[in-house]
Amino acid sequence: MDKFTRFSGVGVPLRRSNVDTDQIIPAVYLKRITKTGFDDALFASWRNDPEFILNQDAYKHGEVLVAGPDFGTGSSREHAVWALRDYGFKAVLSAKFADIFRGNAGKQGLVTGEISESDTEKLWTAIEANPGVKIEIDLIKKVATLGDLSVPFAIDEYTRWRLLEGLDDIGLTLRDEAAITAFEAKRPAWMPKTLPARH
Amino acid sequence: MTNQPLTLAEKVWNDHLVAKGENGAPDLLFIDLHLIHEVTSPQAFDGLRLAGRSIRRPDLTIATEDHNTPTVDIDKPIADPTSRTQIEALRYNAKEFGIRIHSLGDVEQGIVHVVGPQLGLTMPGITVVCGDSHTSTHGAFGALAIGIGTSEVEHVLATQTLPLKPFKTMAINVEGTLRKGVTAKDIILAVIAKIGTGGGQGYVLEYRGSAIRSLSMEARMTICNMSIEAGARAGMVAPDEITFEYLKGRAHAPQGKDWEDAVEYWKSLPTDDGATFDAEVFLDANILDPFVTWGTNPGQGVSLNDVVPAPSSFADPNENAAAQRALEYMDLVPGTKMKDIKVDTVFLGSCTNSRIEDLRAAAAIINGKKKSDHVRMLVVPGSARVRLQAEQEGLDQIFKDFGAEWRFAGCSMCLGMNPDQLAPGERAASTSNRNFEGRQGKGARTHLVSPLVAAATAIRGTLSAPSDLEEN
Repeated sequence: MDKFTRFSGVGVPLRRSNVDTDQIIPAVYLKRITKTGFDDALFASWRNDPEFILNQDAYKHGEVLVAGPDFGTGSSREHAVWALRDYGFKAVLSAKFADIFRGNAGKQGLVTGEISESDTEKLWTAIEANPGVKIEIDLIKKVATLGDLSVPFAIDEYTRWRLLEGLDDIGLTLRDEAAITAFEAKRPAWMPKTLPARH
Repeated sequence: MTNQPLTLAEKVWNDHLVAKGENGAPDLLFIDLHLIHEVTSPQAFDGLRLAGRSIRRPDLTIATEDHNTPTVDIDKPIADPTSRTQIEALRYNAKEFGIRIHSLGDVEQGIVHVVGPQLGLTMPGITVVCGDSHTSTHGAFGALAIGIGTSEVEHVLATQTLPLKPFKTMAINVEGTLRKGVTAKDIILAVIAKIGTGGGQGYVLEYRGSAIRSLSMEARMTICNMSIEAGARAGMVAPDEITFEYLKGRAHAPQGKDWEDAVEYWKSLPTDDGATFDAEVFLDANILDPFVTWGTNPGQGVSLNDVVPAPSSFADPNENAAAQRALEYMDLVPGTKMKDIKVDTVFLGSCTNSRIEDLRAAAAIINGKKKSDHVRMLVVPGSARVRLQAEQEGLDQIFKDFGAEWRFAGCSMCLGMNPDQLAPGERAASTSNRNFEGRQGKGARTHLVSPLVAAATAIRGTLSAPSDLEEN
């Protein structure tokens, strides 16, 4: 995973709450077995609408998504994060994220910054006044900046550290391998085992 | 420390702690059971291959095919090449990494959340993960069961652990006795309507109270299944005699001395008297009606006896805007009686409501009745075993005589990945868990209902309760 410190990209105002992962990427695109190339699938059904925000020239190359609360609800599909990433998004700002989506994003280097609902509105207004304007995401200071407007965002400290350092989760966990082995040794005998198969 | 009263969730958490997180790092938890399916796993296996890693505990891992499998002609090659490739990738990965797999046509194949409990692999006090948000289903046994993404699937395959931030706990107290025609599905739809799709965020829910205690394991699974629809990471029910009775004698349930040891431990799991929850919610089961959704998220639900709400009835501007958009998408007018809404398709299935009890309940209502002419009904058992059981009981014949389609097991129309989809603009009464825009097919409209409401709706052609049939 690449390190993330500071990034500046085109802001996209998505004036919707409850953007579920079926909207971010419909199930039909989940048949693919690759981990990249999902850019065409992002918001696939909304993108059929010529008025949809990403179909407008100013926002076509969006990199920082500003959405309403309860972003990423529903299915655990990490494809939602891959689709946002493949399209070019580096960060999503929202007043509230669904837990699994936020976890998935953190694993893939997509920043999820939690901002207040009033700051969401301020950012929407500021972007719409100047379509195509860039938002700077500063992960060190935890601030999103658009011109004179500076908005603090919250992000889980551990995720932030991993993103800043570009660290791989499995590698981190394997530092505790001795503890895993010790735990395994004291598990009770009645615990489930899938093998050998019993019918 | 030892005398501090704990909740069920806290006990399971503490007993799985491999390493305590320091300086804001998450705790590392051991995972007892990892369920795998074709959609969220191929990229995880590729990740392992790229890093030269192996699977730590194939003996705690099991795979089945469900999301993207056909429910007809399962003896023929899968027609869609992309779907076929995905299924073949799972088979190939299972073989290469030594994982037990139940493929299409196998008697143990089925929806991953139906298969685990059915085999007796899902037990009280264990940790369960799966690359599927409805993993919360397994919480019905008093397991801590969490839906994860593909990176986490890879992580669990490699380490059999998962780094997790401690959750808050929320008690969902449901007291009283459900009236006739009201089910577990109505309880959970009412809970979600009450706390909202984000209301459970950051929490593990524990469903408690006399109404929960009297429910069967199948019904408890229905409730825990939809915990994710309230935004929660997991939902749980404390194990009791009903749980033990369900498990005893199942293929992978503990036997002999192991069974005794297990039951002794399981009896220590229920939340201690005096333990505190971070939040509490109360629901009166005595006055609950059958519940249905009118909108495009599972929190947008009302009593079946109610009307389509006006967006202006929501004070919150986000909810108000969401309601307006939902009504437009659903093509509904505020004030319309829910029972006047005409449906085209009835779907009985999904990890929420496809177990034998669900099929029996629906069959009992349609038995000897005539299906509404304009309604198509699809019955998709949760597993091959459920299908066989239903056939032994003659339920398949009841569904077929009624004019319903009797299908093979899988996720099917719940998420419309396979050909079981609604046409644009089509409206369904569905026993599944999500009414999102386009979930059951592009432009499709979904009303979430219980199996009883699904059955009555198939007879009358409009959203209906079984009691509406008696009034005729």
